Amino acid sequence: MTEQLEARVLDLLCRDARTDYDTMAVMLGVTAEEIATAAAKMEAEGLIIGYSAVVNSEKLKEDIVSALIEVKVSPQRNQGFDAIAELIYSFPEVQSCYLMSGTYDLMVIVEGKNIREVASFVSDRLSTLDNVLSCSTHFILKRYKQNGRVFVDKDPDGRLAVSP
Amino acid sequence: MNLYDKVARNVVDVPPSGIRKFFDIVQEMPNAITLGIGEPDFVTPWHIREAAITSIKNGETSYTSNNGTVELRKAIQVYMKDRFGLQYDYAQEMMVTVGASEAIDLALRAIINPGDEVLIPDPSYVSYVPNVLFAYGVPVPVQTYAADEFRINPENLRKAITPKTKALILPYPNNPTGAVMGKEHLQSLADVLKDTEILIISDEIYAELTYGQKHVSFAAIEGMRERTIVINGFSKAFAMTGWRLGFAMAEKPIMDAMKKIHQYVIMCGSTMSQAAAAEALVTGAKNQYEDVMKMRNDYDMRRRVILKALNDMGLSCFEPKGAFYVFPCIRKSGLTSEEFSQRLLTEQKVAVVPGTAFGESGEGFVRCCYAVSLKNINEAMRRIKAFLESL
Repeated sequence: MTEQLEARVLDLLCRDARTDYDTMAVMLGVTAEEIATAAAKMEAEGLIIGYSAVVNSEKLKEDIVSALIEVKVSPQRNQGFDAIAELIYSFPEVQSCYLMSGTYDLMVIVEGKNIREVASFVSDRLSTLDNVLSCSTHFILKRYKQNGRVFVDKDPDGRLAVSP
Repeated sequence: MNLYDKVARNVVDVPPSGIRKFFDIVQEMPNAITLGIGEPDFVTPWHIREAAITSIKNGETSYTSNNGTVELRKAIQVYMKDRFGLQYDYAQEMMVTVGASEAIDLALRAIINPGDEVLIPDPSYVSYVPNVLFAYGVPVPVQTYAADEFRINPENLRKAITPKTKALILPYPNNPTGAVMGKEHLQSLADVLKDTEILIISDEIYAELTYGQKHVSFAAIEGMRERTIVINGFSKAFAMTGWRLGFAMAEKPIMDAMKKIHQYVIMCGSTMSQAAAAEALVTGAKNQYEDVMKMRNDYDMRRRVILKALNDMGLSCFEPKGAFYVFPCIRKSGLTSEEFSQRLLTEQKVAVVPGTAFGESGEGFVRCCYAVSLKNINEAMRRIKAFLESL
C-alpha cells in the first residue's frame, strides 16, 4: 500500500513537481501528511534527487548552445568507467553523462554560450584527458521534447467549448 | 412558397437544444474557461491513430460489411466478455454503428410504433427525447433526484409505466449527473420490469469510466438479456469521439431490425475508424486496457479535486461515481440554473451547462465537466467562488 502510494506520488511529482501536497492528497484520496511522508521517504532514499524546471532554452534572453558528445575512453584497471566518468561529469559545463552500450562509451551533454565555447571545452579539456580516445561532437539544433514535455506550441484544446 | 411550412411537423415540434443556445454565447468569449465540454481531453492514443493511418496507406478505402468488419466485431465480442461478462455472438447479435448516437436512433426506430411511450430518466443526455420524437414515439420523463443520487427509483418507474410503455432508456453511468446504478439498483428495476414486456435501451457509453466500483450492464442482470439492447462505443473509453464509432448488441429479432435500417440509411461505419477501433481493443486485451486505465485514473484524481472544491464553497454535490461530470446544486445562489450559468459566464468567464438543458429535473443544478486540465479546474473553482461571494 505504501509502495503503491509512493509510486502515485512520484508520478504526480514527475508530471508537475509544484503540485502542492494538499491538492495531491485530494487527488489521491489520502491525507497531506501521508503525501509528505511518502515524498520525504523517496527523497531520503535518494529516489528523488531534486526538483528542477524544464527550460525551453530557445526562449532564454542569452543564447545557449548544447552539444551531445560521443566519447570513447579506455577503462581503468579496478575502476572500470566510473573514474573517468567522474572526471568528465565534474566539469560544470557537463549537463548529463551516461555510460552507453554500442559503438562509444560515454554520452556527454554539454552546454555553452556559443559554438566556440563548446568547441574549446571539447578540444582543450575533454579530449586532452588521459584515457579519452576520441570525441565526436553533435550540436543540438532544435528541441522537440525533453523530460516528457513537448516544446512545440500547439493549439491547447481543439474541442467544442460546449457539447452535449 | 414558404419553406418553413414544408418542414415536417415532428421536426418543427422538437424544441431547439438548450446546449446549442449556450454554445453560441460561449463562442463569443475566447478567454472563457469551459467546463461545458462533453468529451475527453485526451487525444486518441498514438498506436490507435497509427492503425488508422496504416489502414489508409494500405488502401483500405472501400465499404466494409454493413455490420462492421469481422475483425472488429470479434474484438468487441472478446472485449464485452472480458470487461462486463456479456456474451454476444459477433455474427448474429452485434453491429458497428456511427457512434453510439446512431445505435440509439436505430434502437428506437426499430421498436417504436407511432404513439408508443418511451421512459427516459430526467435529467439525462439531450438526444433521447428528440430521437424518440423523430421516431414518432412519446417521450415520458421519469424524474430522478439528488436524494437518490440521480438513480431511477423503482417506485417512480412503476408509476410511469402505462399499457403504452414500449421501452425504457437506461443511461448509466449518466450524463449529466455522473450517477451510476450498481447491481442491486439494477436488480430493483428488473423486479419492476420482469412482469412487463418493456424493452430496455441500455446506453453504456461511459461504462469504462466508473470510480471505486465496476460498471454492471443491465444485460448481465438475470433474465434481462432478452429484453435489453446494449449500446456502447469507443468515444469515451478510448478518447475517440471524432472517429464516430459505436456498437450495439441485442438478440437476433431486434438486431436484425436495427441492421435493416442501418444498411439502408448508413451502409457502414467509416473503414479507417473501424481499423483504429480494432487496434484499440486487440492491444487493450493484451495489456489490460492500459490506455483506458490511465485515462480513468486521471479523471478520478480531477473528480476528487472538483468535488471537494464545490462542496467546500457550499455548492452541495453528491459524489458522482461515473462519467466525467459533477452535478452540483446551485439553489443556494438564489438563481435558476440558466441565470446562474449565464451570469457566471458573463461575470467570471466560466462556462458550465445549466441542468435544465438535460430535462426539467435539472433545475437547480449545473453540469461541470472535469475532463479539463487541473490548472483550469482550479482556476474555474476560484472564479465560481468569487462569483458566489459577489451575489
